[in-house]
Amino acid sequence: MKLLLPLLLLPCAAMAEEIWVTNEKDNTISVIDVATLSVTRTIETGERPRGITFSHDYSRVYICASDSDTVQVMDPETGQILHNLPSGEDPEQFVLHPDDRHLYIANENDAITTVVDTETRTVIAQIDVGIEPEGMAVSPDGQMVITTSETTNMAHWIDTETRQIIANTLVDARPRHAEFAAHGAELWVSAEIGGTVSVFDTGSKAEKAKIGFAIKGVHPDRIQPVGFEFTDDEQTAFVALGPSNHVAVVNAQTYEVEEYILVGRRVWHMAFNSDKSLLFTTNGVSGDVTVIDVASRKPLKTIKVGRFPWGAALRP
Amino acid sequence: MRRLVLTAGVLALSAFSAAADVAVRVTYLRHEQIRPPVLSNLDEVPADLGVAGAELAINDSRTTGKFLGHTYDLTLVSVPPEGDLIAAARTALGETRLVVLDMPGAEMLAVADLPEAAGALLFNATQADPALREQDCRANLLHTLPDQDMRADALMQFVAARRWTDLALIEGTHPGDQAWAQALRDSARKFGLKIGAEKTWAFDADMRRNASQEVPLFTQSLGKYDLLLVADELGDFARYIPFNTWLARPVAGSVSLVPVAWNRVMEQWGAVQMQDRFRALAARDMLPEDYASWAAIRALSEAATRTSSADPATLRAYILSDAFELAAFKGRPLSFRPWNGQLRQPIALVSGEAVVAQAPLEGFLHQRNELDTLGRDLPETRCEAFQ
Repeated sequence: MKLLLPLLLLPCAAMAEEIWVTNEKDNTISVIDVATLSVTRTIETGERPRGITFSHDYSRVYICASDSDTVQVMDPETGQILHNLPSGEDPEQFVLHPDDRHLYIANENDAITTVVDTETRTVIAQIDVGIEPEGMAVSPDGQMVITTSETTNMAHWIDTETRQIIANTLVDARPRHAEFAAHGAELWVSAEIGGTVSVFDTGSKAEKAKIGFAIKGVHPDRIQPVGFEFTDDEQTAFVALGPSNHVAVVNAQTYEVEEYILVGRRVWHMAFNSDKSLLFTTNGVSGDVTVIDVASRKPLKTIKVGRFPWGAALRP
Repeated sequence: MRRLVLTAGVLALSAFSAAADVAVRVTYLRHEQIRPPVLSNLDEVPADLGVAGAELAINDSRTTGKFLGHTYDLTLVSVPPEGDLIAAARTALGETRLVVLDMPGAEMLAVADLPEAAGALLFNATQADPALREQDCRANLLHTLPDQDMRADALMQFVAARRWTDLALIEGTHPGDQAWAQALRDSARKFGLKIGAEKTWAFDADMRRNASQEVPLFTQSLGKYDLLLVADELGDFARYIPFNTWLARPVAGSVSLVPVAWNRVMEQWGAVQMQDRFRALAARDMLPEDYASWAAIRALSEAATRTSSADPATLRAYILSDAFELAAFKGRPLSFRPWNGQLRQPIALVSGEAVVAQAPLEGFLHQRNELDTLGRDLPETRCEAFQ
């Protein structure tokens, strides 16, 4: 496998671009330098770090430290923990509202979505959702937040004004991740055990498509969609397929799978670099990150990180 | 002599009775048993074995139900050892048509054959006897606990993959031990493994005192083997065998490396969340019978959620259909074998400390579903009630 390093070095501006990866079973973050595709720093976190996201100006990074029952706020320059946010028990995944202020947190063990004000550092609401909430998404206009619950097999639609659930839609077994697409007109939800991605019309909340997957030589039961991301034009989705060790490339207009890319073992979440030319996937079981060249849809490199890498986020 | 805690004959676990579109009412019907004595009381049989798994499933299902206007209720009917099970079953079946059974196999069949049980949907969550799924199968009785054949095949897949081809066997004298030993023999043959020497454990001394002296001598005559199988379903003597064998060889079957439906060491595939929820509820570790009763009620709940019905016939048809999938913390969707009503599932091979492997192991392929490499498959089935 050839490296395309000379090309990759070009967009490197004043600050080096980085991908931050949480290592669930090492209590660390591996910081990958996008220019060199190597780990440049390993930062200690609380216990069982999973969800990770940056504030809009990238001055803070929020980390779900699940077994520490807190969301940690870190200075990405120094790696110092600035403070902890109250998060409810066992925060697994979260989404930062477009207002850059409110975090919506899935509390996996408590069947609750917690809303935290990151400025006053207080819990302002807790919403009862299904068992084992995990997937979190927010609509581009900020009006709707989605929580998916793994054992209840639902997407819960939460109005951010009233902080009430306004609708519940059933999906296939064990939903894991949700994202709004088509400028907010669609909601995509992956179902790990069901082996599908459901596409909902956000207006009617009706299911408009269901995407299935098939990889030659891999039993259907092992094809388990989890994390996914869209290209900037929202024409293409990359869907991590867990223990099948592949990422699917899905046409977001026709909902057809165009290609499967072989990556590391039990691929989970992913993040793009800033021009979305590269995609970084976390491979939980093999403990590494696969770098995919988005244009050619080929894996470029595997980068060893910590044990059970889970979340990934870009720091431009 | 240990006896399960006796409370009132009928104990309502919940009194949730809201008017709803779909009301799923389940009875957990138990005939308490007097258990034979064992050498060590290290592992007590919990008084709420199985029941706690059912409770957890009801809690899980209620959370889903509240978003759909569906309600779930569980009633525990626990009949003392000397009590009249059949009378209790008749009464219970008059009130609910969805029942989890926790009793010996012969009694399960008697309950399933009651006129009151016609059209009801019953679940065996506690008995591993393959005959209940095969020649004695009943159309109204589904099985969520894996049978002994499935567990034996899980172990033998691992043994075959390790190329431990020469085996020896020690079995106890209890009928359960002998049935488990037979399942191990059948499975060894199926996977091309050879059980050479066999011995029966018939000691009556207390082995905690002298295992180190007795077991080496006892196992000396087994000759050469790669792995020693021990069949002791009651947990009586097996724990004294490892490290005391004449030859330095691994032990498997009922101790050391054991195929199980569920165990505390399982933590992959989101199992940690389930273990945590169970411990919070029951203040102990989740056991296979708890998992099986949990799976039974979750199967009902999954079917009720997808069909918006609590009618036993509707639920049964959905549960046995291709559309049914149960997410059950084992890394793949579980479903029922439509020819005998057995829940297909991966089987973990656990040591006391970790999951050593999970069957089906890689390389054991099947034209329909790899999970059907465990236990009796469709072409071999003797069950006719599901046709």
